[in-house]
Amino acid sequence: MKISFELNGELKYLEVDPGERLAALLRRLGMKSIKEGCGTGDCGACTVLVDGRAVRSCLMVAPQVQGRRVMTVEGLGTLDDPHPLQRAFLDSGAVQCGFCTPGMILVAHELLTRNSSPTPDQVREAISGNLCRCTGYVKIVDAVLLAARWKREGKWR
Amino acid sequence: MAVETRQRVAVGRSVTKVDGPSLVAGKPVFTLDLDLPGALVGKILPSPHAHAAIVSVDTSEAEAVPGVRAVLHHGNVPRVPYTTAGQGWPEPSPYDTVLFDRKVRFVGDRVAAVAAETEEAAEEALAKIRVEYDVLPAVLSPEDAQADGAPVIHDEPDAEGIYDAQHNIAAAVDIPVGNVARALAEADVAVEATCEIPYSQHAAIEPHCVLAYFDEAGRLVLRTSTQVPFHVRRIVARVVGLDPARIRVIKPRIGGGFGSKQEIVLEPVAALLALRTGRPVRMAYTRQEVFVASRTRHPMRVNVKLGAREDGVLQAIDMEVLSNTGAYGAHALTVLSNVGSKTLPLYNKAPHLRFHGKAVYTNLPVAGAYRGYGATQGYFALEVAMDVLAEKLGIDPVELRRRNHIRVGETSPIFEKIGEGREGTAQIIRSCALGECLRIGADRIGWKENRGRRREDGPWVHGLGMACAMQGSGITGVDMAAATLVMQDDGSFRLLVGATDLGTGSDTILAQIAAEELGVPVDRVLVYSSDTDFTPFDTGAYASSTTYVSGNAVLRAAQEVHRQILAVAAEALEERAADLELTAGAVQSRKTGKRLSLSEIGHRATYVTDQRQIAATASFACPESPPPFAAFFCEVAVDRETGVVRVERFVVAADCGTAIHPQAAEGQLEGAILQGIGHALYEEMLFANSGRCVNAGFFDYKLPSSLDAPQIEAILVPSEEPTGPWGAKSISEIGINGPLPAISNAIHDAMGVRLTQAPFTPERVLLSRRAAGK
Repeated sequence: MKISFELNGELKYLEVDPGERLAALLRRLGMKSIKEGCGTGDCGACTVLVDGRAVRSCLMVAPQVQGRRVMTVEGLGTLDDPHPLQRAFLDSGAVQCGFCTPGMILVAHELLTRNSSPTPDQVREAISGNLCRCTGYVKIVDAVLLAARWKREGKWR
Repeated sequence: MAVETRQRVAVGRSVTKVDGPSLVAGKPVFTLDLDLPGALVGKILPSPHAHAAIVSVDTSEAEAVPGVRAVLHHGNVPRVPYTTAGQGWPEPSPYDTVLFDRKVRFVGDRVAAVAAETEEAAEEALAKIRVEYDVLPAVLSPEDAQADGAPVIHDEPDAEGIYDAQHNIAAAVDIPVGNVARALAEADVAVEATCEIPYSQHAAIEPHCVLAYFDEAGRLVLRTSTQVPFHVRRIVARVVGLDPARIRVIKPRIGGGFGSKQEIVLEPVAALLALRTGRPVRMAYTRQEVFVASRTRHPMRVNVKLGAREDGVLQAIDMEVLSNTGAYGAHALTVLSNVGSKTLPLYNKAPHLRFHGKAVYTNLPVAGAYRGYGATQGYFALEVAMDVLAEKLGIDPVELRRRNHIRVGETSPIFEKIGEGREGTAQIIRSCALGECLRIGADRIGWKENRGRRREDGPWVHGLGMACAMQGSGITGVDMAAATLVMQDDGSFRLLVGATDLGTGSDTILAQIAAEELGVPVDRVLVYSSDTDFTPFDTGAYASSTTYVSGNAVLRAAQEVHRQILAVAAEALEERAADLELTAGAVQSRKTGKRLSLSEIGHRATYVTDQRQIAATASFACPESPPPFAAFFCEVAVDRETGVVRVERFVVAADCGTAIHPQAAEGQLEGAILQGIGHALYEEMLFANSGRCVNAGFFDYKLPSSLDAPQIEAILVPSEEPTGPWGAKSISEIGINGPLPAISNAIHDAMGVRLTQAPFTPERVLLSRRAAGK
């Protein structure tokens, strides 16, 4: 079947198998930031934003994004021009192996879009569906709080 | 250099990780992010039985599935006994594994493998392989393994290096120092503790995966998520029967390892499938397969007996270990040895020591290397026993450690007696800030004010606990790392290292070590690592080795390049090299003030006069293994009605010498502490009576989430390790040794009961309270 959706600001119109998982489709389209850590929706490494909401792309099938806006980390910033949220992860030391990082950044993005002044507990709550085995979450929470401060200071684009 | 003539420019600074920008941008830097046209999907058929002989394998139906290109099983692959443990040479683990055997030894053991055009075709083919099994009685506990008449798990005649196959003993050690039995009998006080750790999983978020393909010259390339690229090359070559020179191993970014990727599990299968089909092959474990068919921590029961004088000074330590290595003996001997070698030297005041134990086979998943590598299991029992001793003597637990811990200038006979599967190396301690760690950690947690107070808050009872630990920095007499540093024509540098960054930040740290010597910003050093065609040898990322061992190799290479730079500048400036110094991107004369920039030096050497490549390769073989030290303190709250334990705060103060990258060092501690909290409170692989793991996945096996993480405070307490690069020692493993005993001791402070079987689930807390009548 054919579906159309917006991927990182670009309109896509393409043929998909109705049962194709969204994670597989997006990786097929070059969005390698989407990681598969479990395939059962438990780790969050495949998180994407669909109409601004963080979802597990391994638990969705491609036709579910028909007519919707999908964003991955590739659409957030680039190597030369990272989004402040990406910069905050770097500056805070929130990246160790980096495998959970794209998903973490996207759930943080969803949180900070709703709430520019989260408490540390609200940050912990927001990222609680995304597993990280490297950091103990300490510096990830720091990074989200730093990005929130930058947002309040008008440093987000 | 004798005198520091300048401020450090790179070391001690938390610079941006060199791989960080691509990681946050989601660039395709991991193994499976590379799309290879025409790649086949490889899959493995797991055993449904814990112990069975394979009577026959019929692949005719599987081979008829459209898209299936190869099926491997014991009947059509070479039989080469080997070990999947990626260790140095000679390999200390028994050769008790073959690619596909005529027998399966645990639920999940490999029976066959297929390569097919699609995942669906591969799955269908697996379902159509007809295997006839002769099911054998299974051994499902270390006790059963040792029973009279127990089934023999390794009865194959061609295995090598098994300690006693007839009795299911993969490895055994018995190392006495002095006379422990007499010292225990004669001690003013004697106490003991027996602690148990179950099967647990590393749970790196990236599952094990590999791409096998052929380059333009027909050489086999393995792009793999590994901690040990050079061992992968050596072992795969032997197992599949290929000249090692025809194999290139590339480790791209890897999504966590923690020891589980020090194991060569998928690579030889992918290599053989690629060789049989002439096609690229991609293989990845599912999460369920990672749980049962990669590796686990060695489940252990450790008994510690302590004898001490009334003033608390230890006279004797007896440590006995029963380790379960599962179906194969990967790391069986070395993890067992480390239980003693990384713990007993910490309390070197005891003249009488005995370390003994064995690692036995069972028909359960295979244990292997896991961060802490035996020390974690050892410290659980040792530090709980120390708490028991402190209680019995009425001495504060912190004070008891102070009276017994090793100090600078001291040694322990254990260093020489126990190495990695053989004798160790005598060494003295040259740096130790454990005393400071104890003071700072106790202060931060409020030890004096709050311990023994049992603060109550509704159903919650609060308690404080502590523990100490040390680890090592590399393996003496085994580990070797090399580095090549090249100055380019623009005056920037290329650093080629075999060292393997598994997310720890070692690429960055090694760049910092070179940049410091060369007096340049870290971004002037381009790092390329872990490619067996292009980078020099390194034993790999394990045993807390990279900063110390690889870092020393990098420093030596940088010192030689520094010398060459001064030589070129001396010619150009017509001065003596001894009058020149390298600083802030230029060479300057102390006498005349004349300057030459690094780019001018690079240009001159490359194109102008006396042309040459400014470059050096240096290696470092680990002569001693300086231990980092740490003191752990935590506050727990125990719900007296439900038995739920909550860690409220965790403080770790650690001495890793100079922290090359403080933020990364803190990150190692924080991550290790939370893994240790997972061990203490949640994590346990559970097995049905059939030997099948019933919680192989993130839904049923609880990893700590951000909501389970307490406030973790990691404090770096500096010391200067004279043998380390810029004073550095290791940091990656030590943090995981503290949480089990510190939390157990805190529960005792709160509730008066000792939790000695991990994890400390609500049931176990309530049962131990009931047993103690509390």
